[in-house]
Amino acid sequence: MLIPEDLKYSEEHEWVKVNGNMATIGITDYAQDQLGEIVYVELPAEGERFSKADAFGSVESVKSVNDIFSPLTGRVAEINDPLVDSPETINEEPYGEGWMIKIEMANKKELEDLMSADEYEVYISEETK
Amino acid sequence: MLQEIGVDGLETLFQSIPQDLRLKKNLNLPPPLDEEELRHHITRLSQKNIIDSSWISFLGAGAYAHTIPSATLSVASRSEFVTAYTPYQAEVSQGNLQAFFEYQTMIADIFDMEIANASLYDGSTATAEAVLMAQRLSKKNTALIADSLHPEYKAVMKTYLKNLNIEVIEIPSSETGTVDRELLKKSLGDNVCCFVGASPNFFGILEDFSDVAQCLHEKNALLITTTPEPLALGLAKSPGSMGADIAVGEGRSFGIGLQFGGPSLGLFTTKKQYVRQVPGRLVGETVDHKGQRGFVITCATREQHIRREKATSNICTNVALCTLYAAITLALWGKEGFQDISKINWVRAEKMKQLLTSIKGVRLPYSSPTFNEFVVELPTQAKKIIHAMRKENILMGVPLHTWYPDRENQLLMCVTEKHNEEALQKTAQTLKRFL
Repeated sequence: MLIPEDLKYSEEHEWVKVNGNMATIGITDYAQDQLGEIVYVELPAEGERFSKADAFGSVESVKSVNDIFSPLTGRVAEINDPLVDSPETINEEPYGEGWMIKIEMANKKELEDLMSADEYEVYISEETK
Repeated sequence: MLQEIGVDGLETLFQSIPQDLRLKKNLNLPPPLDEEELRHHITRLSQKNIIDSSWISFLGAGAYAHTIPSATLSVASRSEFVTAYTPYQAEVSQGNLQAFFEYQTMIADIFDMEIANASLYDGSTATAEAVLMAQRLSKKNTALIADSLHPEYKAVMKTYLKNLNIEVIEIPSSETGTVDRELLKKSLGDNVCCFVGASPNFFGILEDFSDVAQCLHEKNALLITTTPEPLALGLAKSPGSMGADIAVGEGRSFGIGLQFGGPSLGLFTTKKQYVRQVPGRLVGETVDHKGQRGFVITCATREQHIRREKATSNICTNVALCTLYAAITLALWGKEGFQDISKINWVRAEKMKQLLTSIKGVRLPYSSPTFNEFVVELPTQAKKIIHAMRKENILMGVPLHTWYPDRENQLLMCVTEKHNEEALQKTAQTLKRFL
């Protein structure tokens, strides 16, 4: 299971990559593995605003649909359009081409609530027990 | 039996029901009957049915009497097919799924839309589901509806939408019976998710909503059309060619018939791009691991058993038997047969209009084109004429004062392929005697 060191993680299995005021968000390798083959992804529109813990979209696999919750408050600056036509990219490269949205953070302090790679590793090992 | 299932008494089976909700007395039912007594009782009840095929009926208003091919009943009664709902292990029943798939294909063709679902309850609930879908797609909360929708459709929609924070605004009709375009445009604000128009509408009038579609699309709102008599689509402009985004209707005319009000068949069609927001079941075609053609429930993740409270609808089955009746009937008719029956309906309705308007004092209040149903205005109260004609074994139509108290002299008459020339002549002559 890949858990890159330079990312932050949420309890809902999203990863966050911070670049200045911008945060890139996707779902973790663990999450895509649990979901199985992803067949559809629903993303918000650019400009939409979300508060922390709001559902901003959903991923659908062959057997289930899961909401994706925003780990941060902010405004959607960019969405990964190509995912709509090739949602399997999330399975193949969850941390790369499989990113979902970029948001302009409204409250950078919220980053402190997220887990580090080490903490996330412990978190999922607890969950799989 | 209680012992067998490991329960110590009948009370234990009911323990999850709170005491105050339990019925503490016996049901108010007559004593049991033996087979002979029951037969006698049922016969007595059936003798109350005085209307048989010797009567001439012009009742319509949302439920239309059409000829049902004998082959429909024969094929549909095969035991392999007979089920009220989509089976729970759907893919085991390939025959059913194939029938639904073919039904969807034919319905989509008739409406000239890209996709159809495997059916909903009836025309009114399909219309309400269409509004909910428009709201989900646009994330806007005002629905405009034509006041010329069937009053019962409007009532069902209001019930559906009541607690969902969707505001419903009725758009009045102009004198011709079509939707007032100026008033529609005035109400078309930024919060409008859709407009729902009927063709034929409650008064039988056919209406082209192409211009409305354009106005709506400019405002990112959807055009929903509802068609209570889809046989009209054999002649009239299709919802697809009008630019409808969602087109729904009532499918009872397709071989299902009228059985004391039900059951019905809700037709639901839309564009492929909206497939993820469609309510109800969808059947898709695929291939199995040997490469053979097969059918599956598709896009099931929209549905309640997977998506729970976030499902597109709480409908997670279809009216399987009615769908089957429609699939068989439509396949029997074929495209040309469908158009032929459609044309017969229109021709005979026009003939009836002609015969009626040649009677002094009888007029048609609307000038707009109609299909097989139209409003007739009499020089006297409609209920009086209905009463008199009934004595001659003619059911003259549905009085409009039922829903519109100021329309005492008007009635809604429906003429189909079931009415031959003789029936039409007899009706006109009888009416003449009473006026």
